[in-house]
Amino acid sequence: MRFRTTLSVSVAAASALALLTGCGAADMTKQASPFANAGGARSMTLSVQSWVGAQSNVAVAKYLLEHKMGYRVDTVQVDEIPAWDALSQGRVDALLEDWSHPDQEKRYVHDKKTVSYAGGLGVTGHIGWFVPTYFAKQHPDITNWKNLNKYASQFRTAESGGKGQIMDGSPAYVTHDKALVKNLKLNYQVVFAGSEAAQITQIKQFAKEKKPFLTYWYTPQWLFKKVPMTEVKLPPYKEGCDTDAAKITCAYPKTPLRKFLNADFARSGGKGAAFLKKFQWTTEDQNEVSLMIAEQKLSPEEAAKKWVDAHPDQWKRWLP
Amino acid sequence: MATITAPAARRALPGLLKSRPAAKLLTLAVAAVILVPLLDSRWGSGHWPHALTVSLTGPLGDASDWVMNNRDSHPLFLYFFGHISNAVVLCVRGVYLALLAMGWVGVTALGALVAWRVAGVRLAAGTAVAFLACGALGMWLPTMQTLALMVAAVLASVAVGVLLGLAAGLSDRLDRALRPVLDTMQVLPAFAYLLPVVLVFGIGVPAAVLATVVYAAPPMARLTALGLRGADPEVLEAVRSLGATPRQRLLTARIPLARKELLLGLNQTIMMALSMAVIASVIGAGGLGDRVYQALASVDVGAALAAGIPIVLLAIVLDRVTGAAGRAADNTGESRRTVWLLALAGTAVAAVAARLLGRAEWPAGATLNIAEPVNHAVNWMTAHLYSGVPVIGGTADWAAHFTTWMLDPLRDGLRALPWWSVLLIVAALAWLIGTWRTALTATLAMAAIGVLGVWDSSLDTLSQVLAAVAVTLVLGIATGIAAARSDRVDRMLRPVLDVFQTMPQFVYLIPVVALFGVGRAPAVVAAVVYALPAVVRITAQGLRQVDPAALESARSLGATGRQQLWQVQLPLARRSLLLAVNQGVVLVLAVVIIGGLVGAGALGYDVAFGLAQGDLATGLVAGAAIVCLGLMLDRVTQPTGRAKKGA
Repeated sequence: MRFRTTLSVSVAAASALALLTGCGAADMTKQASPFANAGGARSMTLSVQSWVGAQSNVAVAKYLLEHKMGYRVDTVQVDEIPAWDALSQGRVDALLEDWSHPDQEKRYVHDKKTVSYAGGLGVTGHIGWFVPTYFAKQHPDITNWKNLNKYASQFRTAESGGKGQIMDGSPAYVTHDKALVKNLKLNYQVVFAGSEAAQITQIKQFAKEKKPFLTYWYTPQWLFKKVPMTEVKLPPYKEGCDTDAAKITCAYPKTPLRKFLNADFARSGGKGAAFLKKFQWTTEDQNEVSLMIAEQKLSPEEAAKKWVDAHPDQWKRWLP
Repeated sequence: MATITAPAARRALPGLLKSRPAAKLLTLAVAAVILVPLLDSRWGSGHWPHALTVSLTGPLGDASDWVMNNRDSHPLFLYFFGHISNAVVLCVRGVYLALLAMGWVGVTALGALVAWRVAGVRLAAGTAVAFLACGALGMWLPTMQTLALMVAAVLASVAVGVLLGLAAGLSDRLDRALRPVLDTMQVLPAFAYLLPVVLVFGIGVPAAVLATVVYAAPPMARLTALGLRGADPEVLEAVRSLGATPRQRLLTARIPLARKELLLGLNQTIMMALSMAVIASVIGAGGLGDRVYQALASVDVGAALAAGIPIVLLAIVLDRVTGAAGRAADNTGESRRTVWLLALAGTAVAAVAARLLGRAEWPAGATLNIAEPVNHAVNWMTAHLYSGVPVIGGTADWAAHFTTWMLDPLRDGLRALPWWSVLLIVAALAWLIGTWRTALTATLAMAAIGVLGVWDSSLDTLSQVLAAVAVTLVLGIATGIAAARSDRVDRMLRPVLDVFQTMPQFVYLIPVVALFGVGRAPAVVAAVVYALPAVVRITAQGLRQVDPAALESARSLGATGRQQLWQVQLPLARRSLLLAVNQGVVLVLAVVIIGGLVGAGALGYDVAFGLAQGDLATGLVAGAAIVCLGLMLDRVTQPTGRAKKGA
């Protein structure tokens, strides 16, 4: 009797396991998000990066896909490099704003062919060091990096110890600042704010009090409209001067931002994929939406609706 | 004369050795005298010697490349991890679709009816209000996504936990092997778990669910084992004498007798899973956590709060309902089953009715926008408190002073200590308060940090933890004393503590930066906010449990209120105070790590960097160092009793 129950239990367990797992191979790089497609409509997942510009791209694309094309769009917040991996696995279908990641591009686009290039975003990105314009007006020579050491004491904070503070942002962003400070022999300490949110909050607090600060920042960025900043010129960028990350002594390049799609989605994604390939706008457009989200605190959807209502000629070109 | 002094001296030495702390310190001092010159001559006395580090950058980088390149082809992934991932996706999807099919009316009705059956009318009303509030905040879909993820994660955690608990409850050998592992897992910060799962499963729901299971299963396992071992031996003997087989004994006696512990385990598992569901948004969990995280990106505290409130509500409701289930342990009978059936039928009727009326989705107009007023309030607060407050200075000035006068000296002091003396201090502290075993674990954990090559940043993190713990204990114990002495203070504090214990830390990270600037100070403040409720609770509870007779006799001897407190209550509540320190340290560490996102740097930043850049070497090494630091801090503050009593 006891033997039989044990037997039946183990048979049941084994069959449940078999049922649960199916019987063949399970390729987890082909599994979609469990929340996708839940409405029964055609659906896709867009990755959002943590900065507001990327939120604006996604908000407008999502609004058009949902209201003009009948899609249902899910969004997931992922940093760029993990987003490449998620894109390759098909967990997300699109990455709309990539700031140049040659290693990932080689691995996924050229070697594995799981990700495909989907055209430019139309926006050119640039990273640099910035001081507030109110400070640059008082001290015009600050805009040359050679004079930075002269002002180091004014940029001192509790975190930077005896040196000047240059504030860096999220760990997800491309940065050579530690190497730059060392190689250009600057009397500065790189302080990592750890997230863009923390960095923006701190910049706003400094600006409210008209305090001097030096920060890693980038364009296009909505914050320039609220806190005008002037770039400090680093030694000019030349092709290839940033190949050895430890020995860098030059500025950051200007990067045309690009879009990437999951390769399967690009092939068989129908109108949605065609739309995302055509999606292209300007820095001004992106900033307009970003300001609505970040400063007026509209929800991304409301901001996208306002922009879409105001620029019908722009987006009609994107519809397939 | 000589005949008198000799025995006296002989007696004095054992006397010294009998005083155990002194004996331990003496032993350590002897060991130090022998070892230190050796170590010093071999490796010097500055920072951790470079010769004793092992660089894992190469192997870890290779491992990560291998996984990336083989994830879609190697059998290990196709036939093992792939199926796990698949099962998770199917399970979460199933629950999610079921929740959507029930619609908001169905889900609310089900929640309320279950709460009514388990815990009575008041909690049922509370549950319904909580669900409706989630909808009113415009968070219905994210709430359902989080709920689906939670259901899958909690079911898996309970299955894993009960299996491990049964094993540990029935076999002494397994118990000895599992206990230290489970104890350790429970003190580790959630952030440290993320990277390994992301590596194998990639960003997304499967990774999030599995990280949650690893984080939430240990309490279930511990409490299951505890319940099985705590069963009354006389009852078991009686059952055995009735001729029950071992399996019958287990099913009919031991498990039912352990019901209380099992339900407490379920309660703790749910709480831990919920807190992890938010942190897992960093690796793509979706749902409410993702909303909080996205709001953070646009520095929108109001929106973050709108997504944070449903989490707090869910946590409080789930906590109260499972807690009530644990108390109402022996409420059996036939009528119960029919009432349950009635409840289910009621849910079905409500869901179908709503669907027929075309109200399955939350009505689009019926949402409340709390983001704007909250943002106004936060802006006002940060604008007026940041600096320039007359006399006391602004919060930014405090933060700067705290950093310069407390954090900097502490960090530099720790770094200036010779490396062997840090190990020695750890050993001494752990041994004084615990056993030689805990001392050895703590010392080895600290040494492992050095070997991993992250000595400096670990000491930075440690200095932040120490500063935050000091502040937490001062504030927490003072508040705890107030709460223990006055029922009114206690009642007023309870909801505040509930909220702060369950509010996702991401919500208050940004206001904290706005008040205290970027750096280590905001991380310390966030850690204090998070750890304070537990310390207040434990202190108040400990003081209230002090034997009333002891207090009464003190009072009759004419002791003043202050004397009663200092000379009777606090000494008698020593155990609870030690436990408060231990809990405080563990909780503070968890948040100081997350503080890497607001400029605290050190290990927390390294983990965030590893996650964001897919840099396994940096992230995993920092994660391992956090694990060691957590282990060391727990052992150094762990009273002996826990290891001995155990049960």
